[in-house]
Amino acid sequence: MFDDEKLKNLKSSKEEWQKKTIDKAIKRFPERKEKFSTTSEIEVERLYTPENIGDLDYEKDLGYPGEYPYTRGVQPTMYRGRLWTMRQYAGFATAEESNKRYKYLLEQGQTGLSVAFDLPTQIGYDSDHPLSAGEVGKVGVAIDSLKDMEILFDGIPLDKVSTSMTINAPASVLLAMYIAVAEKQGVSQDKLRGTIQNDILKEYIARGTYIFPPEPSMRLITDVFEYCSKNVPKWNTISISGYHIREAGATAVQEIAFTLADGIAYVEAAIEAGLDVDDFAPRLSFFFNAHNDLLEEVAKFRAARRLWAKIMKERFNAKNEKSMRLKFHTQTAGSTLTAQQPDNNIIRVTIQTLAAVLGGTQSLHTNSKDEALALPTEDAVRIALRTQQIVAHESGVTETIDPLAGSYYIESLTNEMEKRAMEYIKKIDELGGTPKAIEKGYIQKEIQNSAYKYQMEIESNDRIVVGVNKFYIEEDHKKDILRVDPEVEKLQNEKLSKLKSERDSEKVQNILKELKKAANEDKNLMPYILSAVKEYATLGEICDVLRSVFGEYEQSVIL
Amino acid sequence: MDMPIRVLVAKPGLDGHDRGAKVIARSLRDAGMEVIYTGLRQTPEQIVAAAIQEDVDVVAMSILSGAHNHLFPKVVSLLKEEGADDLLIIGGGVIPEDDIPKLKEAGVEEIFTPGTSTKDVVNYIKEHVKR
Repeated sequence: MFDDEKLKNLKSSKEEWQKKTIDKAIKRFPERKEKFSTTSEIEVERLYTPENIGDLDYEKDLGYPGEYPYTRGVQPTMYRGRLWTMRQYAGFATAEESNKRYKYLLEQGQTGLSVAFDLPTQIGYDSDHPLSAGEVGKVGVAIDSLKDMEILFDGIPLDKVSTSMTINAPASVLLAMYIAVAEKQGVSQDKLRGTIQNDILKEYIARGTYIFPPEPSMRLITDVFEYCSKNVPKWNTISISGYHIREAGATAVQEIAFTLADGIAYVEAAIEAGLDVDDFAPRLSFFFNAHNDLLEEVAKFRAARRLWAKIMKERFNAKNEKSMRLKFHTQTAGSTLTAQQPDNNIIRVTIQTLAAVLGGTQSLHTNSKDEALALPTEDAVRIALRTQQIVAHESGVTETIDPLAGSYYIESLTNEMEKRAMEYIKKIDELGGTPKAIEKGYIQKEIQNSAYKYQMEIESNDRIVVGVNKFYIEEDHKKDILRVDPEVEKLQNEKLSKLKSERDSEKVQNILKELKKAANEDKNLMPYILSAVKEYATLGEICDVLRSVFGEYEQSVIL
Repeated sequence: MDMPIRVLVAKPGLDGHDRGAKVIARSLRDAGMEVIYTGLRQTPEQIVAAAIQEDVDVVAMSILSGAHNHLFPKVVSLLKEEGADDLLIIGGGVIPEDDIPKLKEAGVEEIFTPGTSTKDVVNYIKEHVKR
């Protein structure tokens, strides 16, 4: 962006500034630390100047919004056209309770739904399974069959809202239930908009709700890609997630590196399964974390967009521009919230919201201030949503596209993060790709090391967490928190036995047999799963059939 | 020289959040203890079997899913049934303050909540281990 002559002059004037002004100043007032760095351990210089981005080629490296390499954003007008989707992740107890919360959120101006399922649902167990004891309805809503799903979306027109579902190992089953509910509402599947997370690799890496081993899991995922490209064209078939990788302790660089490496593995699997890259890649979406280091986060989002565009174009020869666009959902960082002085979390979430918006997110969930204590109360959720609304309507950052572009620091950091992420991706390629790198424990170990280092920095006071290792007060922890009634489990089990006595059992058994046969062969399983849920086969029954064919994943424990 | 303290770090239930458990495991190890980590999704029965088989002095459980009121006391009572009542049993995770007295009554001797320093956990174990 700058000619050599100017850069040369700049270099000498900067040296002069160093001698004349800085050296003297530092002698009198030493800086707070010897070394400054981002959370990804990128050293931060005292001052950034055109020198730091001398090689930057505006058209090649930044370009224009809505155009390759999408550094400045994936939509041509970004928030001038339409604000991001405000989408609060919610769900707890029964379908009835969660349905009420969704209606409340929509009334409060939320523009999309995001369903949280309880752990038994995420791991493919019905509520009456012995391993479900104590977990039913706790971290999300309990869904055992289509019946629960009908109640969950009762009175919510599925042709009007877009719905994101955080479901991975049994994603195809929940998607099938959603399609079936829509059909009952008279909404055909080609009109449905939303996302299933469907990202099993990060479950092995960081989140833990896997069921099947990698190979059949990848097959279920590519089955969804294929089925949706033909039947549910507006559906995002996967949300390749760095969120949980970051929550597990990864740095910002590791977050984008491991997430894009997962993305590469999915694209490779789908191509291997015989799909054309441009048939499925436009429906891939991503999910990132927004942390406190505001400028590093903004650079992270920009670097991820540029890197993914290059990977799709250069590595996979995508031709369709839509295949190169990295669209992403963001959630603010749960792990940065403190149980101490929980009101302070509102400010953390505000900074993180700004990071996501300045980074060009397509949708956003803001965490509630009380989430280090329990599930959020309704009041806390409203404040979290209001935080987004204030940034959207009052802060002014939405009025122009990618407003931090051209900042010497932001551009330099964007370059550096892309470079370091690419180094990780190369390393993973050398190990044989993500599934192999997981098997060897490489990715998990890298994340664990970062998590441990972060904790040690807090304990040595090298990293200050306000209210935790500095500025603490005595406080009464008995706060108003949301509790899930233990009766929920009983209620859910009663519903389940009623359902089993009412449905046509013979039909269910036959359909499950057909599913088993198809699983043993090489057929796309989506149509079979869809017929099974329509006959009210339960989630647990369907997953048990698949377990009997695919087996279960054994975690390699790495310390 | 004293034998090192042996600790079982366990993840009961279906919860997949293991960042805390792993950081704790590593810091106990760095403090000179012998640490066995169970991995995810352990039933109370599996945890008890591992505790007995590994002949540990301490069982440290971590739950962030809200299932602690069900699972922590179950591990304690199974351990008692097996006659392993000389163990120090502690827990941690996203656990509301109001639940702590009941958990302590059930036999979980200390509960560590978010923001706890690993040094505090190390010191607690050293002071309270029963041997």
